[in-house]
Amino acid sequence: MTHTAAPGAHRIFGYLAALVAAGAAMLFASMLPTVLAGDTIMAEIGWAPSMGISLAFMIDGLALIFALLISGIGAFIFLYATGYMGDHPRFGRFVLYLFAFMVAMLGLVTARDLITLFLFWELTSVTSYLLIGFDHDTPRARRNALQAMLITAGGGLALLAGFILIGTAAGGYDLAVILSGPGLQDHGLYGGILVLILLGAFTKSAQVPFHVWLPNAMAAPTPVSAYLHSATMVKAGVYLLARLHPVLGGTVPWTMTLTVAGATTAVLASVLALRQTDMKQALAYTTLMALGTITMCLADSGPYALTAAMMFLIVHSLYKATLFMVVGAIDHGTGTREVARLGGLRHAMPVTVVAAVLACASMAGLPPMVGWIGKELIYAGATTMTVAPLVIVAALTANALMFAVAGIIALRPFFGAPRPTPHPAHEAPWQMLAGPVVLACLGPLVGLWAEPLLAPLVGTAVTGSLAQDRAAGLHLWAGVNLPLALSLATFALGVAIYILRARVIAGLDAVFARLPVADAAWDRGLDGFRAFAAWQTGVIQTGRLTRYMLVTFVVIAAVFVATLVRMPPMLAVSSAPSAFLWLTVGVTAAGAALSLTTASRIAAIAGLGTMGIGVAVIFIYFGAPDVATTQLMVETLAAVMFAIAALRLPAIVERRGRGRQVVHAIVAGAIGASVTITVIAISATPMDRSITTYFEENSYVLAHGLNVVNVILVDFRALDTFGEVIVVLLASFGAFTVLKRIRRSKT
Amino acid sequence: MNSLILTVGTRFLTALFLLFSVYVLLRGHNSPGGGFIGGLIGAAGLVLYGFSAGVSAARAALRVDPRTLGMWGMILALVSGLVSAFAGAGPFTGLWFTLGDVALSNVLFFDIGVYMAVFGAILTLVFALEEAG
Repeated sequence: MTHTAAPGAHRIFGYLAALVAAGAAMLFASMLPTVLAGDTIMAEIGWAPSMGISLAFMIDGLALIFALLISGIGAFIFLYATGYMGDHPRFGRFVLYLFAFMVAMLGLVTARDLITLFLFWELTSVTSYLLIGFDHDTPRARRNALQAMLITAGGGLALLAGFILIGTAAGGYDLAVILSGPGLQDHGLYGGILVLILLGAFTKSAQVPFHVWLPNAMAAPTPVSAYLHSATMVKAGVYLLARLHPVLGGTVPWTMTLTVAGATTAVLASVLALRQTDMKQALAYTTLMALGTITMCLADSGPYALTAAMMFLIVHSLYKATLFMVVGAIDHGTGTREVARLGGLRHAMPVTVVAAVLACASMAGLPPMVGWIGKELIYAGATTMTVAPLVIVAALTANALMFAVAGIIALRPFFGAPRPTPHPAHEAPWQMLAGPVVLACLGPLVGLWAEPLLAPLVGTAVTGSLAQDRAAGLHLWAGVNLPLALSLATFALGVAIYILRARVIAGLDAVFARLPVADAAWDRGLDGFRAFAAWQTGVIQTGRLTRYMLVTFVVIAAVFVATLVRMPPMLAVSSAPSAFLWLTVGVTAAGAALSLTTASRIAAIAGLGTMGIGVAVIFIYFGAPDVATTQLMVETLAAVMFAIAALRLPAIVERRGRGRQVVHAIVAGAIGASVTITVIAISATPMDRSITTYFEENSYVLAHGLNVVNVILVDFRALDTFGEVIVVLLASFGAFTVLKRIRRSKT
Repeated sequence: MNSLILTVGTRFLTALFLLFSVYVLLRGHNSPGGGFIGGLIGAAGLVLYGFSAGVSAARAALRVDPRTLGMWGMILALVSGLVSAFAGAGPFTGLWFTLGDVALSNVLFFDIGVYMAVFGAILTLVFALEEAG
């Protein structure tokens, strides 16, 4: 592909995509009144009605929250990407990938049919593969893209199996029906469904131990990271957990699995985030922490926990998109993301610093940010949960670490003394500032007016989509209570970690040096898998045609013989065949014997031809002139082709040892004898003539043809015929290519 | 192959084979025959010509590459099958209309497509085999 256009000429695609995304966001916003009234918007296109699958969509509270985040943040991301990499020679392609990704995510969250949902689920895996591996010149990007693809798409396969089990258990794939049904908790398949669905959701949302791919996905260009982490890809897993919560949640296995996985992920991720020096990596781990926290909240069925999950989802999307874009701006403006090399950027980047401070405050959970409300709700939810002490400790630890990370990673580069950077720091262009500033300002805005702005939608999601009686209120000040005490403890702990950061990080490094690295284990596992595949291929695919044919025929013989042994047929030859038939059979058998025993190729071909013509005569005898004619022509042409190809070869020399000859004879004899017995058994049983009668009655009435065989071929089963013709044509074209190559290599 | 009998005989036989193959193709809907058999018979006729006069002569007599013929046959079959969609019927549904006394249908064109595809496929293979030797 050549790029003759001037650099930046593709920027127009970025602006266009941003416009379309903004339009989509407005479209979704226009649905707010309907959804808030408790209605669900539905749309449906038939897809595979015979299998009960349709391309169906629905928009309820939960879907609308996600759709607004995806399209709204998406618009800013496109704008940001245009500023960040609009001069990239492959920017047009980048916008295409990112747009496809956005559409896939929108399809995922609005899908009403489980199979539709799965389709978009896998589409997000594929498009994110393209996005993470966008810098495909670097081996690291390719490797990380593949890792993300293998883990999320592998989980997707488990998910498909889970969906099919749900479809079996609930009697259909329509989510609207499934969700309004009685739930699957008491169904016999519940255990299997839970395991498979959780596998899919946990791989997508990067819960421990599937978390390795997410930090590696940082190989993607920063706009992609910002999008993947804030609004989209990784949230697909928690979306699914929330979506299926009413029909799968509320049981002990659900609660325990989600609590443990979520708590482990949240704590481990926030610890890992503290250790990072690359700002982007650190943010990646804080995303893990958010996903863990949301998963943990979804474990419970109480209104507080579920409201907290919804709220934290929004909170995190807002501040994470901002922070990623801020990091991208720093990287873009200074040439580095290493937090140790940055300082005092507030002078050079006066607008970015505002966005960063606001987003960090939200991330740290300070009032009056929306993050504060999210954190209070998490604590309120945690105190009501089944294993409250564990959850409280986990949430407290993770939040305190987040507080410290917000200070260390995201704020320090802007304050303190300026440090020399690869190139002198400068402020980002307006395209890169619009997103961070708007999204960051939403933090305090939504925080201060949470009740009028967010409460209706969050409430609808909790009461409607998650089937709760009521949602928790969104208050900045909920009085002096346990959550408030926990928040204060969080700040205290966070400040302590911030002050003691050097020692804490050193201690953590010492601990982690002793632990196995998950990423290395992944590489070893993949290498082992490849080695196994190579070994297995060597065993099965020997490359010897005789071996393949032997295996094929042994299997055929075994199937026939086993069937005959298990179900011994009734053999009855109705009437004595005529002398003419005996003669034909005799000639046919003689042809077979000749082709088996002769050393002359031409005699072998003649023997085969005799056999074929004998069979054709038998067809005529039993009144099938069509089949007989075809058989005759095929025989003739086969003999011609054999003659052309085989006569150029030397005489037949037996190269097989006695043992292999015996094996081949046994296999051939077994197939021959069992097929003969089967045919006799079939002709002895009365035929089911329903199909024959149908064709006899309808071939003239419906297809205006007297020749039933031809009518079947070209009318009733025309699609089959078309497929067969394609096969014939492709086979001959393939042979043509091979033969041409032989001729070329000869000359 | 230098055989006087074959060379002389082929002149009549090839024409006969080709004519007969078209006859078999057209009568197929009501009597034994059809596109598949017709294609095989026609191919056999040209193979015979190739034996007596050489592959290059047979190719020249055919004028078009047998692969092209096969491809167009497949396209014709596909198009005549999909035409039904315009009439609001499922793909490969038979549509009939009469032109004077002759009943015509997309099924007939489907059969002609099959004829061409089989004809082209067999000849592709045989010619290539001959030339490879």
